[in-house]
Amino acid sequence: MSIITGRALRSAAFGALLAGLGLPALAADITYVSGAVGNAVENFKSLVKPWEEATGNTVTLVPMPASTTDQFGQYRLWLAAGNADVDLYQTDVIWAPQLADQFVDLTEAAKDLAPQHFPSIIESQTVDGKLVALPIFTDAPALYYRKDLLDKYGKQPPKTWEELGVIAKEIQDAERAAGNPDLWGFVWQGNAYEGLTCNALEWVKSFGGGQIVEPDGSISINNPQAVAALELAKSWVGTVSPGGVLAYQEEEARGVWQTGNAVFMRNWPYAYTLGNGDDSAVKGKFDVVPLPTGGGNDTSAATLGGWNVAVSKYSKNQEAAISLALYLAGPEAQKQRALNESNLPTIVALYDDPDIAAQQPIIPRWKDVFLQAVPRPSAPTKGKYNEVSSKFWSAVHSTLSGEGTAAENLEVLEADLTDLKGSGW
Amino acid sequence: MADTSSTSGGLTLPQQRQRAAFWFLAPMLFALFCVAAWPLGRTIWFSLTDTTLSNLYGGKFIGFDNYLSMRTLSSGKVIWRGTLVDPAWWNAVWNTVRFSVVSVTLETLLGLIVALVLNAEFKGRGLVRAAILIPWAIPTIVSAKMWSWMLNDQYGIINDMLLRLGVIDQKIAWTANVDTAMAAVLLVDVWKTTPFMALLILAGLQMVPRDIYEAARIDGVHPVRVFFKVTLPLIRPALMVAVIFRMLDALRIFDLVYVLTPNSAATKTMSVIARENLIDFDKFAYGSAQSTLLFAILSVFVALYIWLGKVDLAGDGGK
Repeated sequence: MSIITGRALRSAAFGALLAGLGLPALAADITYVSGAVGNAVENFKSLVKPWEEATGNTVTLVPMPASTTDQFGQYRLWLAAGNADVDLYQTDVIWAPQLADQFVDLTEAAKDLAPQHFPSIIESQTVDGKLVALPIFTDAPALYYRKDLLDKYGKQPPKTWEELGVIAKEIQDAERAAGNPDLWGFVWQGNAYEGLTCNALEWVKSFGGGQIVEPDGSISINNPQAVAALELAKSWVGTVSPGGVLAYQEEEARGVWQTGNAVFMRNWPYAYTLGNGDDSAVKGKFDVVPLPTGGGNDTSAATLGGWNVAVSKYSKNQEAAISLALYLAGPEAQKQRALNESNLPTIVALYDDPDIAAQQPIIPRWKDVFLQAVPRPSAPTKGKYNEVSSKFWSAVHSTLSGEGTAAENLEVLEADLTDLKGSGW
Repeated sequence: MADTSSTSGGLTLPQQRQRAAFWFLAPMLFALFCVAAWPLGRTIWFSLTDTTLSNLYGGKFIGFDNYLSMRTLSSGKVIWRGTLVDPAWWNAVWNTVRFSVVSVTLETLLGLIVALVLNAEFKGRGLVRAAILIPWAIPTIVSAKMWSWMLNDQYGIINDMLLRLGVIDQKIAWTANVDTAMAAVLLVDVWKTTPFMALLILAGLQMVPRDIYEAARIDGVHPVRVFFKVTLPLIRPALMVAVIFRMLDALRIFDLVYVLTPNSAATKTMSVIARENLIDFDKFAYGSAQSTLLFAILSVFVALYIWLGKVDLAGDGGK
């Protein structure tokens, strides 16, 4: 800590010196808001250090709640009020169409950097030809499993959701009988929030039930495969998954998992490094595989997540803010994120980087997961995406809590979405 | 104003006093206008337009379409739209009313008991009076977050204690389960606001003259009878005011629900659903219509309460 403080003081003193001499390169204090999970706050400090030293500017991170739904509400409010206190926003992959008007167009600034990224991700952040945000890492969840427990019972990681339920039940029952009463089979994110949309989209898509709203805008959610997928998920609640899973977000699921109380977990890559930390009860005892498939379908699905950095139109330090955005989206920062936080890079070349392959062997392997990634329907539903997502997660949450069957809820959902769509999204 | 110079000398004393009083009140009236009347007027105006958050000043007047609108489809089918036919809204209204009635009833009863205890003379009374206010002094967001951890199903202390005591045989997901979500919110609200009720009722109790109790004791009246015949009627005005304060607070409950069970349809209240439309769904005008309805419901409620309960808010003893 003292080294960091010392450096910060020196760079601050340097900035003050420049200011005192009246040089044009005045140091700016850039404010960056971002949701914070795990060690995000500490990691961010070391991440931006090189940029701070190179430019003489300083960066203040404002940590926000981990729930993307909560962040979005706050950001929307700040942006609507033309808040000049925040220069940079870390934005979810689904927000670009909804907030496009409030951010600076980065097309020109990133004309050299953008082509190094996965084209599909750049495209997801481009609205009407305007590059709204630059990707800093991408996310696709996978199935975490306890190697030691599966080996103990002679099991292979499951290929289908049905199989997962069976294995989870068997190990859970056996382990509980052996004196491990808190063990659960499978933890995931079942709270009524954006994360449930991600989880449920994976079940539905991997059952061959479409992706709620198809890219052409048609509403596809009411179909037998989707019903089967949700009915299966419902059967987990209270049997292999704790009843409280219906209030879990990522961190609650990780809490149960990392204390060694779950056989399987569905989560994002960030949980990999944290799970192998020194304070983790499952350190070195787990591995990851792509999420299972179900209902006789043979491709699995992982919801495409990921975070981007956008420059506020109302920022008073736009030049410095854009420079920081380019740095954060660039190869140096992305590599450091990959090494420290197991965040997946969006720069294609980093998947062949030898350091990353050596220190984070899962990242090159995540390419398989990434190939099966399914986007949430934020592009076809545009400004109405949040409402679509909320209606979807509510229908799923009702089904999981036993308020109506999957068939009933999806039928109502279809009618609601049709109403919402009106004459077009 | 214009005639001040010519007639000020002819003003009677009460008139002069009234004029002076007006000038003393003017700053407060101005402040009230800025922080209450203007935002309220804006909200009502927004509810009659098609404003969105991304375009706050560009909304066009669309009449009452956000409340109720009728459209005839080409097939001849008539469809109704708007908040007044939105099941999610009525669910929120029902949740709010249920929450308010139950929470205020419990808080009043518990507050009354606490106040009666605190009104008795015992050693360390001042300390206990201060201590009991602690839940009320903690900001709601903080206590809500605190309770959400305590109510967590896997590592929450509530489940742990109940399990050890053998009251439950498996962990209960308090905030996730549809059946217990409302109970969890009620529990936290009662914990938090009972001290407030107790304090207001205690203030009422201290106004009751001691000699009435003495007279009752000399006459040998049973204490329960004293409570219902003497104490209750005498603290009734204070009680009625306390209840309406709490009721107004409860009807617009937001923070507790937002932290404990943000998206559960079982606990979503009017304020929560209005915020969701205002911010999350970018239906600013629609959310404004719901806020306006919330205001209307509160006004009707207060008017009915004052009228039916003959509450003396003016404090002049009905003169």
